[in-house]
Amino acid sequence: MESTNFVWDLMGRNLGGVLIVISLPLFFVLLYALIAILAELKISAWIQERLGPMRTGPWGILQPVAEVIKLLQKEDITPDQSSKLLYNLAPFIIFTGAYAAFAVIPFSEAFVPADINLGLFYVFAIGSISAMGIVMGGWASNNKYSLMGAMRSVSQLISYEIPAAMAILSVVVLASSMNMQEISRAQGGGFWNWYIFGGPGTWTKIWVVPFTFGLTIIYFIASLAETNRVPFDIPEGESELVAGFHTEYSGMKFAMFFFAEYANMFVVAAVLTTIFLGGWNSPFGDFMQGPWWGSFWFILKSFVVVLFQIWIRWTLPRFRVDQLMYVGWKVLLPLSFVCFMAISLFVMLK
Amino acid sequence: MSEKKRLDLEYSQLDSDRMRINVGPQHPSTHGVLRLEVEVDGEIVTEVVPHLGYLHRSFEKHCESMTYQQIIPYIDRMDYISAMNSEWPYVMALEKMLDIKVPEKVEYLRVIVAELNRIANHQIAVATFGLDAGAFTPFLFYFRDREFIIWILEKLSGARLLYNYFRVGGMAADIYNGFREDCLSVIEKVRKTNAEVMDLLIYNRIFIQRTANVGILTPDVAINYACSGPVLRGSGVAYDLRRNEPYSIYDRFDFDIPVGKGEVGVVGDCWNRNMVRMHEMEQSCRIIEQALEQMPMEGDVKANVPRRIKVPKSEVYMRAENPKGEVGFYVVGNGTDKPERLKARGASFVNLSVIPEISKGYMFADLILILGSIDIVLGEVDR
Amino acid sequence: MLATEIFQRLSSEFGEKVLGLFDQQPSDPAISIAPEAIFDICHTLRDDEEMQFDYLMSLSGLDLGEKLGMVYHLCSMQLGHRIVIKAEVDKANPIVPSVERLWRTADWHERETYDLVGIHFEGHHNMIRILCPYDWEGHPLRKDYQVPEMYHGMKVTY
Repeated sequence: MESTNFVWDLMGRNLGGVLIVISLPLFFVLLYALIAILAELKISAWIQERLGPMRTGPWGILQPVAEVIKLLQKEDITPDQSSKLLYNLAPFIIFTGAYAAFAVIPFSEAFVPADINLGLFYVFAIGSISAMGIVMGGWASNNKYSLMGAMRSVSQLISYEIPAAMAILSVVVLASSMNMQEISRAQGGGFWNWYIFGGPGTWTKIWVVPFTFGLTIIYFIASLAETNRVPFDIPEGESELVAGFHTEYSGMKFAMFFFAEYANMFVVAAVLTTIFLGGWNSPFGDFMQGPWWGSFWFILKSFVVVLFQIWIRWTLPRFRVDQLMYVGWKVLLPLSFVCFMAISLFVMLK
Repeated sequence: MSEKKRLDLEYSQLDSDRMRINVGPQHPSTHGVLRLEVEVDGEIVTEVVPHLGYLHRSFEKHCESMTYQQIIPYIDRMDYISAMNSEWPYVMALEKMLDIKVPEKVEYLRVIVAELNRIANHQIAVATFGLDAGAFTPFLFYFRDREFIIWILEKLSGARLLYNYFRVGGMAADIYNGFREDCLSVIEKVRKTNAEVMDLLIYNRIFIQRTANVGILTPDVAINYACSGPVLRGSGVAYDLRRNEPYSIYDRFDFDIPVGKGEVGVVGDCWNRNMVRMHEMEQSCRIIEQALEQMPMEGDVKANVPRRIKVPKSEVYMRAENPKGEVGFYVVGNGTDKPERLKARGASFVNLSVIPEISKGYMFADLILILGSIDIVLGEVDR
Repeated sequence: MLATEIFQRLSSEFGEKVLGLFDQQPSDPAISIAPEAIFDICHTLRDDEEMQFDYLMSLSGLDLGEKLGMVYHLCSMQLGHRIVIKAEVDKANPIVPSVERLWRTADWHERETYDLVGIHFEGHHNMIRILCPYDWEGHPLRKDYQVPEMYHGMKVTY
C-alpha cells in the first residue's frame, strides 16, 4: 500500500516529521481562519449592499490581521467570581477539540496526518470535546447568560449529532469503510461517482440518489447546528443572551473561541466534502487529478461549503430553542433514518 | 417503604429553582437603557418587572423654566426616532390656546414631513425587530433607505435627527427647490425595499415561526392598557387618530387604516403588529403623494408665527397619531411665556406598560421579540 | 355626548361630589369632582352605556400651590367623545383612590404622578417610584422642590 503521507516519504517517521505533520494543519487553520474572517466580512457586506472593510490594505484584505492584532492587545479579563481554572482552560479545550479533528482530514491523496481506519468515528468522538469546553466556559464564567448559552449549546450539539451521524453511517454503509482516505478514493473518476450522487456503481444507483442527496442536505443542516451558525446560533443568540457562553471572555481567550468556531466550520465542511463531495477527487475524472491538484480540489470544495454557511448566516433569522429541538428530533432524525434504511436496503439487495 | 414510593419522593424533591435575570440596562436588545428583571423557569418567562428611569432627564421640570419656543428642541429628544411627529401635537396645542390659524401650505408641509418621518420610524421598527429575530440583512437594507428620508428632512430643517422644525403657527423654513422630486423618488425606494423585505423577512418561514402566535395582545387588554398606534391596531382595533379624530388636514386624504388580520398566526401577535407597520409605510406613501399634489407652492410658512408667545390661563390636551402611538401634550398656561405645567404622554411609555401582561408563559427568546414588536424608544419612556 | 350632558348625568347620580363644570374656550371642557369620589365616578364613566369612557389617555398631577391637582383625560373609543376630570387634594395629606383597577394603564401613570408630584394613590398594588431612583427623596414637580446637593455621595448637577 502506498503511503498516504508525503512527509513520511520525505523525512521518515521521526520526531521532526511528526512535528511537521502536526504543524502543517495548524498553519493551514490559521491562514484559513484569516481568509474565512475576511470572507465573512466581505460576503456579508456584498449581501447587504455595503463595501465592507476598505481601509486596511487594498480592498481591506488586511482587516482580519488587524482584528487579530486588536484581540491580542485587549485586556484579558478573568471575572473575580469565576472558577478560575475551568474558566481559563475552556478556550483551549474548545480549540483542541476543533484542531484535533484535523488529524484525519484527508487533504490530498498524499497527505492525511493520521490515516486511521476509524477516521469518521474519530471525527465525531473528538468533536464532542468542544461541547465539554463550552459547558466549562459557560459554567465557570458565573454568569447567567453564559450558563444558559452553555446549556442550550450542549443540548443542541447532542441533538444534532444524531442526524449527522446517521448521514455519515449511510456513507459508511455504501463505502464499507470508515477510513476517510478510503472513502475519498472510492469516489474517484468524476463527479457522478460522488456519494452525493449515490457513489460509484451501475445505473441501478439511480434509486439511491434521492436519499444520498437528501442526506447531504441533512448533514449540512446538522453541521450548521453543530458549529452554532445561523439559523442555529441560539447558544450565542445575540439578541437575548448577549454573547452566550463566551459573554465574559475577552482578548486572546475570546480569539480562541473565535478561531475554534471557524476551525469547526472547516472541519464539518471537510467532512461533508470527504463523504459526499468526492474529497480530493477532481470532478472531471482524470483531468486535473493528482496529489497537488487533490489538495486544491479538497480545499476549494470545503471553501464552497464554508461560503454556503456564511451565505445562510446573512440571510436567515434564527430559530427558537424549542423549534430547534423540533427540527432536530422530529424532522431531521426521522428523515435521516428513512434515508439510512433505504440505502442499507439498496446495499443489501445489490 | 417500597422502592417506587421512595423514587416518587425524590422526584418531588427535585424542585428546580427559578432564575432571575437582569435584561439590561446594558443589553443588545432592549432598544436603549431599559432594564427588565426577568424570572425564568428554565427557558419559560414567569415574571417580568420593568425598571425605568435610566434615561430620565426631567423633561417636564425643565419645561417649567423655559419659554414655549425653547421647549420644542427638548420635545425632539423625547422620541428621537420620529421627532417631527412629536413636535406636532405640542404646536397644535399652543395654536389652539392662542387661536392661531395655520397657513394652508404649512399644513401640507407638516403632513408631508410627519409622514416621511413615520416611514423612517417604521423602517427602524421593522429593521430592529428583524434584528431581534436574528436577521441582520433587512436591518441594513432599511438603514440604507432611511438615509434618503433623513437627507430630505436635513435639507428642510438642517438637522438629521432632532429637527426643531415646527414653529407655533408655522414652520422654521420653507421647502427647497426639488423637494417634490426628492419625496417622489424616496417613495419609490421605500416601496421597492418593502417588497424586498416582505420576501426576505416577513414571509420567511423561520420568521413566521418565531413571531406568529407570540405575545398575543387581545383588543380588550390593549384598550384597557391604553395601547395605541400599531400595537393597538395589530390587535385588530381600527383606531387611528388621523381618521377617528382628524386633526390638521388629514380628512382630505384617502388612506386605509391597516389592522392585524391574523393572516399568519393570531390577531394581536408579534407578526401582526409588525405587519401593520409594513402596511402603514405604504399608506404614508399614499398620503405623501396626495399631499404633494394638492400642496400650494406659494405662501410664507412663517407668516403667522408670533414673535412672542404669551399663553392665557387655559389648559389643553392635544394628541396626535405618532408612529409609535398616541402622543399627547397637556399644556397648562398661566399668562406668562412659560408653561405652568407641561405633561407629555408618551406612546412608548404606555405601550411598554403592557409588557408584564403579555410576555408571561413565553420563552425567554420570545420576550425579546415581544419587546421589539412594541417598538419603544427609551427617550420617550423615561422623558 | 357633550360635556354638559355628562356633567348633568354625573351630578344627578353623585350630587355634591361633582363640584362643577368648566367649559371655556380654548380649554378642554372639564368636570371638577371631589377627590374621595374619584373611583366611583370613574367607574360610572367607564361602565355607563351612554358614556363608555374606556380609554384613559393621560393622568397628570399638578402643583397648584396650596393644593395638588389630578387631571384625568378620558376618551371613549366607541362613542368618540372626550372629557377631562379634575380633582384637588390637600398638600398635607395627598391621598386619593386609585383608578388602576378600572384602567390598567393608570398603573404607571399613577406611579409617575406619585413619583413626580407626590400624590399617594390608595388601592394601587405597587405604589413605588418609577422614573426617579427608588430611594430618591422629594417630589421634583412640586414648585417648592429643592434639588438635593448630594445623592449617595455623588454631586447632583442640575
